[in-house]
Amino acid sequence: MSLDAKTVLRTARLARIGLAPAEVEALQKDMGSIIDWVEQLNELDVTDVPPMIGTGLAKPRLREDRITDGERPDDVLSNAPDREGPYFTVPKVVE
Amino acid sequence: MSTPFDYTLASARDALRARKISARELTEAHLSAIERLDGTLNSFITTTPESALKAADAADATLAKGEGGELCGLPLGIKDLFCTNGTRTTAASNILRDFVPPYESTVTSNLLRDGAVFLGKLNLDEFAMGSGNLNSAFGPAINPWKRNGSDEKLVPGGSSGGSAAAVAAGLVLGATGTDTGGSIRQPAAYTGIAGIKPTYGRCSRFGTIAFASSLDQAGPMARNLQDCAILLRSMAGFDQRDSTSVDTPVPNYEAALNRGVKGLRVGIPKEYHADGMPAEIEALWQQGINWLREAGAEIKEVSLPHTKYGLPTYYIAALAEASSNLARYDGLRFGARVKADSLDAMYEASRAAGFGEEVKRRILLGTHVLSSGYYDAYYLRAQKVRTLIQQDFLKAYEDVDVLLTPTAPSSAFALNEKPSDPVQMYLNDVFTVPASMAGVPALSVPAGLDGQGLPLGLQLIGKFFDEETLIAAGHVLEQAASFTHRPTIHAGNPA
Repeated sequence: MSLDAKTVLRTARLARIGLAPAEVEALQKDMGSIIDWVEQLNELDVTDVPPMIGTGLAKPRLREDRITDGERPDDVLSNAPDREGPYFTVPKVVE
Repeated sequence: MSTPFDYTLASARDALRARKISARELTEAHLSAIERLDGTLNSFITTTPESALKAADAADATLAKGEGGELCGLPLGIKDLFCTNGTRTTAASNILRDFVPPYESTVTSNLLRDGAVFLGKLNLDEFAMGSGNLNSAFGPAINPWKRNGSDEKLVPGGSSGGSAAAVAAGLVLGATGTDTGGSIRQPAAYTGIAGIKPTYGRCSRFGTIAFASSLDQAGPMARNLQDCAILLRSMAGFDQRDSTSVDTPVPNYEAALNRGVKGLRVGIPKEYHADGMPAEIEALWQQGINWLREAGAEIKEVSLPHTKYGLPTYYIAALAEASSNLARYDGLRFGARVKADSLDAMYEASRAAGFGEEVKRRILLGTHVLSSGYYDAYYLRAQKVRTLIQQDFLKAYEDVDVLLTPTAPSSAFALNEKPSDPVQMYLNDVFTVPASMAGVPALSVPAGLDGQGLPLGLQLIGKFFDEETLIAAGHVLEQAASFTHRPTIHAGNPA
């Protein structure tokens, strides 16, 4: 089943990905067919099955609360697509 | 040794130590092979000849003193998903086309610590999303293998397609890969090389660009398992900077190579007899069973009842994690930016221009399954099914030590045979995804050629942190198969 355009556009808005009209149409079909395919998981009874969140192989651990890195403004800014001095620039957010 | 391209990683290591060849000679030979062949293969996104030669000279100086780490002077390729300090790291995406990390991933730091020489960064599917290396912003990597009597370009598999192609063609002695649902094992099978996806938590994820964090695991790809074992020992180890890294000693994997399989219990999961699987792959699987039995293993049929749910579960879990992980590419602090008047418009335009089609599709699906009203129906249910899949493996391991299956349901396909339906494309990973979901280690070894002359792989899946048994059993398969075929395009072939 194809997803409706509204759902695709709402999802694209949540994901902050701009879409061209032709892309919306293709995604309705592709996302729809993938969603149909994953529906087969509804065949399974998962009552009382705990969700698996990671593999649980690593034990949570504590570390000493101290600074281990930092004071590297040039490294942090080295890949800035646009900057002014030691700052990242952004479009105007507050009028 | 007739040419530098007859070395394996292990024999090159020994030759370097015996000073039969210098690291500079070895590096120069591989760099010139890249120069000659990579215009066709497109296995590299970035080559680093100058720093490679410098590292080779340093290795020679160390070796001359009778010192040097396990990998001293050995030329490797690095999948372009590992951050390398000062060397562009793209994830094969336009959004990271000019990204130069100011730090080094733990896995590559470990390899450098042991003296490895990096020749450059290898092609992949964008953000490791794909099974054919067709989703790269830098163009597809090409499989050095050809079908008999055909010049048709074939995919090397994916997502570690550049790594697989470069190793198979003799451009590097070994490479790093990453495997989220089969991205080391499937390309290894498609190109006639060996690859190991270690236990989740064995290799640190620090500095490896994330796709699906609960599944991503780095591993070695090389011509054989001895070479993979040497690389894995260097790559693996506990790392404070990865909260899922497991603090358990790293064994000498190479020492496990000749343990044999006498008395080993090998499970054959009956659900892996997939509908429509080519008879040749069924036959090769049976051959593998016979090889292990003849070497003294005990063969048992086992059941992994939730196998068919592996792929749909994977696509929900992995895409949900991907949508979250890839939220960081917003054109703000790093990566490509498309200017716009508002912040939201800048995000939308930067991500629209920076991501390829498959990555957008996956982010959107991941966002969809996490969005309000769908979370329980899709994401939470998938996490529960993942528990069932893991229990399948743990239950099977009460009766057997390893599982033997084919690695992929087909041999390499042609670039223009890519299925237009994304679900069809996802089916390439049907045999590799379940082990990823469970977090258990698995490997692929080349075991034979199909009727078209293309390599086929067998997969072994093991218990948590029991890579040694996998390597030992895999080596029995390697010896029985005595796979010495070379692809059409190979550095050691006459020009």
